[in-house]
Amino acid sequence: MLGKLSWQAIPFDQPIPLVAAALVGVVIIAVLAWVVLKGHLPYLWQEWITSVDHKRIGIMYTLLALVMLLRGFTDAIMMRSQQALAFRSDGYLPPEHYDQIFSAHGTLMIFFVAMPFVIGLMNFVVPLQLGVRDVAFPTLNSVGFWLTATGALLVNLSLVIGEFARTGWLPYPPLSELTYSPGVGVDYYLWSLEISGVGTLLSGINLVTTILKMHAPGMTYLRMPMFCWTALASNLLIVAAFPILTATLAMLLLDRYLGFHFFTNTAGGNVMMFMNLIWAWGHPEVYILVLPAFGVFSEVISTFSGKPLFGYRSMVMATMAICILSFTVWLHHFFTMGAGADVNAIFGIASMIIAVPTGVKVFNWLFTMYGGRVVFSASILWSLGFMVTFLIGGMTGVLLAVPPADFVLHNSLFLVAHFHNVIIGGVLFGGFAGYNFWFPKAFGFRLHEGLGKAAFWCWIIGFYLAFMPLYVLGLMGMTRRMQHYDVAAWRPWLLIAAGGAAVILAGIMLQIAQLAVSIRHRNELRDATGDPWNGRSLEWATASPPPDFNFAVLPHVEGEDAYWDIKQRAREQLRLGDEPHYDEIEMPRNSPTGFICAFFATFGGFALIWQIWWLAILAGVGAFATFVVFAWRDRVEYIIPAAEVARIDRANRTARSAALTQIEAAS
Amino acid sequence: MSGAAAANGGAARGHDDPYRLGHGQATRQRQPAAEHADGSLLSKRIIVGYGFWIFLLSDIIMFSAFFATYAVLSDATAGGPSGHELFDLSNTAIETACLLLSSFTCGVASIGARLHRGVWFYGAMAVTFVLGATFIGLEAHEFAGLVARGAGPTRSAFLSAFFTLVGCHGLHVSAGLLWLLTMMAQVFAKGYRPDILRRMLCFSLFWHTLDIIWVALFTVVYLMGAGQ
Amino acid sequence: MSHVERANDPAHAETVPGGDGDDEAGGVGIYLIGLGLATLLTFVSFFIARTTLVWQPSIPVALAVLAIAQMGVHLVFFLHITTGPDNINNVLALAFGVLIVMLLIGGSLWIMTHLNHNMMPMDQVMQMQR
Repeated sequence: MLGKLSWQAIPFDQPIPLVAAALVGVVIIAVLAWVVLKGHLPYLWQEWITSVDHKRIGIMYTLLALVMLLRGFTDAIMMRSQQALAFRSDGYLPPEHYDQIFSAHGTLMIFFVAMPFVIGLMNFVVPLQLGVRDVAFPTLNSVGFWLTATGALLVNLSLVIGEFARTGWLPYPPLSELTYSPGVGVDYYLWSLEISGVGTLLSGINLVTTILKMHAPGMTYLRMPMFCWTALASNLLIVAAFPILTATLAMLLLDRYLGFHFFTNTAGGNVMMFMNLIWAWGHPEVYILVLPAFGVFSEVISTFSGKPLFGYRSMVMATMAICILSFTVWLHHFFTMGAGADVNAIFGIASMIIAVPTGVKVFNWLFTMYGGRVVFSASILWSLGFMVTFLIGGMTGVLLAVPPADFVLHNSLFLVAHFHNVIIGGVLFGGFAGYNFWFPKAFGFRLHEGLGKAAFWCWIIGFYLAFMPLYVLGLMGMTRRMQHYDVAAWRPWLLIAAGGAAVILAGIMLQIAQLAVSIRHRNELRDATGDPWNGRSLEWATASPPPDFNFAVLPHVEGEDAYWDIKQRAREQLRLGDEPHYDEIEMPRNSPTGFICAFFATFGGFALIWQIWWLAILAGVGAFATFVVFAWRDRVEYIIPAAEVARIDRANRTARSAALTQIEAAS
Repeated sequence: MSGAAAANGGAARGHDDPYRLGHGQATRQRQPAAEHADGSLLSKRIIVGYGFWIFLLSDIIMFSAFFATYAVLSDATAGGPSGHELFDLSNTAIETACLLLSSFTCGVASIGARLHRGVWFYGAMAVTFVLGATFIGLEAHEFAGLVARGAGPTRSAFLSAFFTLVGCHGLHVSAGLLWLLTMMAQVFAKGYRPDILRRMLCFSLFWHTLDIIWVALFTVVYLMGAGQ
Repeated sequence: MSHVERANDPAHAETVPGGDGDDEAGGVGIYLIGLGLATLLTFVSFFIARTTLVWQPSIPVALAVLAIAQMGVHLVFFLHITTGPDNINNVLALAFGVLIVMLLIGGSLWIMTHLNHNMMPMDQVMQMQR
């Protein structure tokens, strides 16, 4: 009746997950209760949950990422403390539990922190920068977000009901096959990623179509902001790589559920094919993560240097080169698996070549800053921190790309240090830079600068303390994922690393404080005009937050840095451009399709994990029915009357005129 | 700016600077006022069609992952039967004929939809359905026969890969058949509305792509497999 | 709308794969030609696969070429992918997809062939452990 599910699924005998689950449960119930009792539920349902507005969806993606960062970081603290304590002792985390923690840490951080963070930023910013009203497929956008949220929910549910995978964040067979992982852990992993993978693919298709087919008049491809180019490359990679993940995880599922023999030890299965396929996805995945971060840095650096981006065309070429090359290097993740010297050499050389376009980008950012008047905001600090940190991480990457060196360092802590170096230094710092940069656009008030800078310093110092020792440890021979060890020489480095984690924790606390303080003082931090940073691209031409329709009249674009020209003209003439002719605007209606789809996907995923077949079938029928209901809609758009558009736009024009008057008075 | 000059500028633009990079002479002229209106964005049909085309490419890449696996595992018969012993090429030929003809009838149906001719549309869609269902029936029969002979997907890695690759295509065709019925129902209920026609465009793209994948399938799996 | 006007109308500056919907009833002709060519190619494929008239080692290559040709026929006649300037986005997307497919299949085959050559088969590994 209930498949494999029973009361034993709840970890009554393991205090740590039990307490953690109880705590999280209490928080969730408290938040829900507050929402319902204060009467916020109708607002939340109408304005956020059923929203198809790219800005709202982008904010929700980012919120998901930041919340999951807390869970993933908790796992990290547990790992660091375990390794700090477990010298000639067992520490406090038994191996079965420790294995789940490092697996959950990696899975959450990659799929439910880094991905939603960059996708959220892209969703929010790209249509605004292109000068259009929304993405190509707004309702599909909502479906994509809610399916991603389903995946996150399922992974977190494994803490409470059942267990998580113990295989690491990539479930290598034969360990992940039914013979050696008979529990539901790997199934939680597989179904959660298959479901959220669909969501990611939808987002990828949406953004590729938007960037290639929807521009404000006059905005040719070579006048798009750099962030849009990197978003294009990243989403092309999503569209190309995620199907490989879907197929590979599906094959593992078939092995586990139906007794197929893709990756089994017997009947001809080929274990190594899994590694080959999963890394054919896995390598493009890291470029999916880092390319939008590169785009953020392009925007932040040019804005806060007061100069246009140096070498725009070489940046575009470098970006597209990275996009293509990222599909030619995947074997460097398994040099040691035995493909032989010829194969290793080719892929090693390709891995070194791919560093070149990234180098081009770094030089272009440096040349952008050179000769400019750099404003040292929090966002620029994150960017500068990125350049130093990512450089080190990139260099260790090129070192690992040399096959003989990799034979020594593969799966050691050197590798762990390298990828954290590039992911934290690149993706996370980029995400935080973008978060600080576009927060005022999203919410109408800036984040507290002082706390932001303090958080940055804690993060960067903490990062170096936490991960530089890991390079040393890797060279000393320490393997990754160790639950305990007895080499005395390793101990001091692990203690420093644990200290680093504590400093990062302080950084995170400061970021939480920054958010709380900014909300409390939002009136002092208000962004009245919509252009708090003297921006260069079209998103800064809108109010903060932008109205639903983004632009009252689609802007006409004549060059790169579209908004900068408009602004300079206004400043020279000390008046805004003429008031445009306002027309009524058609906007897509909100729709519960995404949320309801995710509802059925959650139950379906849970049912498939626990093999409750009747529930799985019911959920599948429900999802199909949702789809048919959606297809049967007659009214898909609503009209905003011209008078309303005019009223909203005039309010922003008044604020901007006032700012111009202040400039005039000051000069 | 006079209409003639705008048209000339447009013609020059169209040929010298199709992507309006803004470096040539023609673009020194200003764009006509009409482009300030919302209508300067591409039509929904083009946007929807392109988005679905991108989805189809992602689907093709997913199939290629299964193809790659099949290619790697095609020798891993684990002492069991190989393609040479199992594949019945006349069955494959009939399946191919069904799918190819159904692609043609799907094309006729999309012409019928475009011209709002009910007889052509419903008739061609019905024939497409019958052909597609025949394909699925033949394939299901083949699978059942293989399982009965002890050559099911759990017998060896080769068979796992075969059943998954061909089965995935069959699942796509089945989903397409469901979609086909839904399209007929939608046209019946709501007529030839623009959004329904856009979906019909997506459906026909999907159906033709499935036939393209089948070409690769019958060549690599059946024809090359049977000839070993 | 005349052809020239269409080319200048931004709403028609690009074509959707699958056709724009403005062709006349000559559209059936395209599908008929496509069907004919595809049928011919299919016949030849099936014939070559079973015949002894052709040098045997060339058969896989011949089959591959015929398959690619038939996929091309489908793309041109059924999906209306052409090389005109209004179709560039569609062709580029297709080219990108084809590149990825070739890298994935070709790369996987190359890698796995080397791996299988160098590494002991799993059954033998497991037998060693007994």
